[in-house]
Amino acid sequence: MPGNTDNLYWKENIRILTILLSIWFVVSFLMSVIFVDQLDAIRIGGFKFGFWMAQQGSIYIYVILIFIYLKMMDKLDRKYHHEEKDILAEEEAAGE
Amino acid sequence: MSLQTWTYLTVGLTFILYIGIAVWSRASSTKEFYIAGAHVPPLANGLATAADWMSAASFISMAGIVSYMGRDGSVYLMGWTGGYVLLALLIAPYLRDFGKFTVPDFIGDRYYSQLARMVAVVCAIFVSFTYVAGQMRGVGVVFSRFLEVDINLGVLIGMGIVFFYAVLGGMKGITYTQVAQYCVLIFAYMVPAVFISILMTGHVIPQLGFGSELNESFGGGYLLDRLDGLHEELGFAAYTSGVRSHLDVLFITGALIMGTAGLPHVIIRFFTVPSVRAARKSAGYALLFIAILYTTAPAIAAFARTNLINTVSNAEYVSMPSWFRTWENTNLISFEDKNGDGRIQYVADPAVNELTVDRDIIVLANPEIAQLPNWVIALVAAGGLAAALSTAAGLLLVISTAISHDLLKRNLMPDISEKQELLFARIAIFFAVCIAGYFGINPPGFVAQVVAFAFGLAASSFFPAIVLGIFSTRMNKEGAVSGMVCGIVFTAIYIVYFKFINPAADNADHWWLGISPEGIGTLGMFLNFAVALLVCRFTAPPPQDVQAMVLDIRVPGKPD
Repeated sequence: MPGNTDNLYWKENIRILTILLSIWFVVSFLMSVIFVDQLDAIRIGGFKFGFWMAQQGSIYIYVILIFIYLKMMDKLDRKYHHEEKDILAEEEAAGE
Repeated sequence: MSLQTWTYLTVGLTFILYIGIAVWSRASSTKEFYIAGAHVPPLANGLATAADWMSAASFISMAGIVSYMGRDGSVYLMGWTGGYVLLALLIAPYLRDFGKFTVPDFIGDRYYSQLARMVAVVCAIFVSFTYVAGQMRGVGVVFSRFLEVDINLGVLIGMGIVFFYAVLGGMKGITYTQVAQYCVLIFAYMVPAVFISILMTGHVIPQLGFGSELNESFGGGYLLDRLDGLHEELGFAAYTSGVRSHLDVLFITGALIMGTAGLPHVIIRFFTVPSVRAARKSAGYALLFIAILYTTAPAIAAFARTNLINTVSNAEYVSMPSWFRTWENTNLISFEDKNGDGRIQYVADPAVNELTVDRDIIVLANPEIAQLPNWVIALVAAGGLAAALSTAAGLLLVISTAISHDLLKRNLMPDISEKQELLFARIAIFFAVCIAGYFGINPPGFVAQVVAFAFGLAASSFFPAIVLGIFSTRMNKEGAVSGMVCGIVFTAIYIVYFKFINPAADNADHWWLGISPEGIGTLGMFLNFAVALLVCRFTAPPPQDVQAMVLDIRVPGKPD
């Protein structure tokens, strides 16, 4: 049966997802598509900002979002003692 | 050494490498054959996923497409990377915790229904075949252009190589060859990009050169301003502004993103790592490795476009450099002197324009246009082959597991032994390679059109079914199946109508709400979600053990 801590863990997980996916949505659809012409008024070097977001910035932010997610979930897993056994590291240690 | 010798040498060496890896990584159990024994370290899986994902289309065609679409090309750049955020956050960790072999495994078990399993099998096979036909063709094209062998012979050689390591090593062989293939393809992509960036802007990093000032010999000023100016002069829309409506761009990007997150050959890569944490981490690595190519592509697009216009516009035909003639011979460039002045008019107006340029030229001829040494050009050939073969192998494995595991073992013949299942998997991959090769040699005319189909289908079927299966304990088989069927049927009818029945009407005036067939998958996805949630309210909740399974996969680290 699902324990109470599992419910709390899941709620915090959903909160993390909501924050990160909101950023993802704003970056992908608002900044790079809907408001791209308005953002183009801002210039960074040779780039119009909206154009840069659509062809460069959004992709960098996607990569960063996944690594932030990894860190936040590591913290959450430690808090609820859900760390998994590192099978590969154990085998390596046993082999030596 | 001549270009020919360099190319044979480079391609030959990479092929020996792939075969060596195959011999070293033979699979002896179904677990090794299907998911590499769930023993792949996250970094290796990230590399393999990146190679699996980046196909002949990404390597050869994407920079060219972006260079002709300008800002609108961002639909592919964001569409084919943004899905990894959804994969990492909404799908990969939970399916890894589920811990079986295939996507139909999850759909069938989660929705306790053989019907759902079969719908998933049919979708997985259809989507994968659609894709693999294009890869085999890509192999043939690279062979014929760089090695001057017949396209068909090129396809046969490619089939032989994939067959060897896929049949022998299954997922295990495929994974480690993909790691090698990623290294080959990214090196081959970056070397010419760095050279051309230094040549035109003095920047070593193409992503920075993209936003910098041109060297004096190229006319100075910011690259993108110069490109916008050239476009205006010739009557094209400004490079940094879009032609398509925001709504359509939004829907196409959405369909490609959700499609990416629902493609079975990408999802199963996350079954191969040892833990949930490793699944999250390898999604991050995968996107990082993909992003290197995907942020370089738009830079190459702008460099090459500027370079091309500078070289050809209003220049005398007789004074064209040698690469122009080389690619004229392959019909990728053609010139028709309409006004008879001996000069090339390259303009937007089709009545006056005299030059037709195939989009693939942008990557394939880039090293020659930048006058790079022969070994760099040979590298591009090896890179194109690595991109095509790695994607083909991943897709063929999905087809083979769908047949041997999902159709036979989990449905029609549950009593077969593991040894028999492994044999069936190898036979299935043999036939899949043959069918893929057949489509490579006799490409159906509709390959380009069905790519929209593959993404639309994945977005409107798998993506909602998987996400609901994880995030709603209440979702039942009635809801999921009716959602998938409505999503697929709606998307399929819309695409078939505009691509096959009435292609003449395929323009913004006739599209429903101004949404192109490429973007309709997004609407199909919403329809799937809506129908599934509605039907599920009026039907019985799923059995207790299924609900318990859903709660279990939400929490990592629990014993199975």
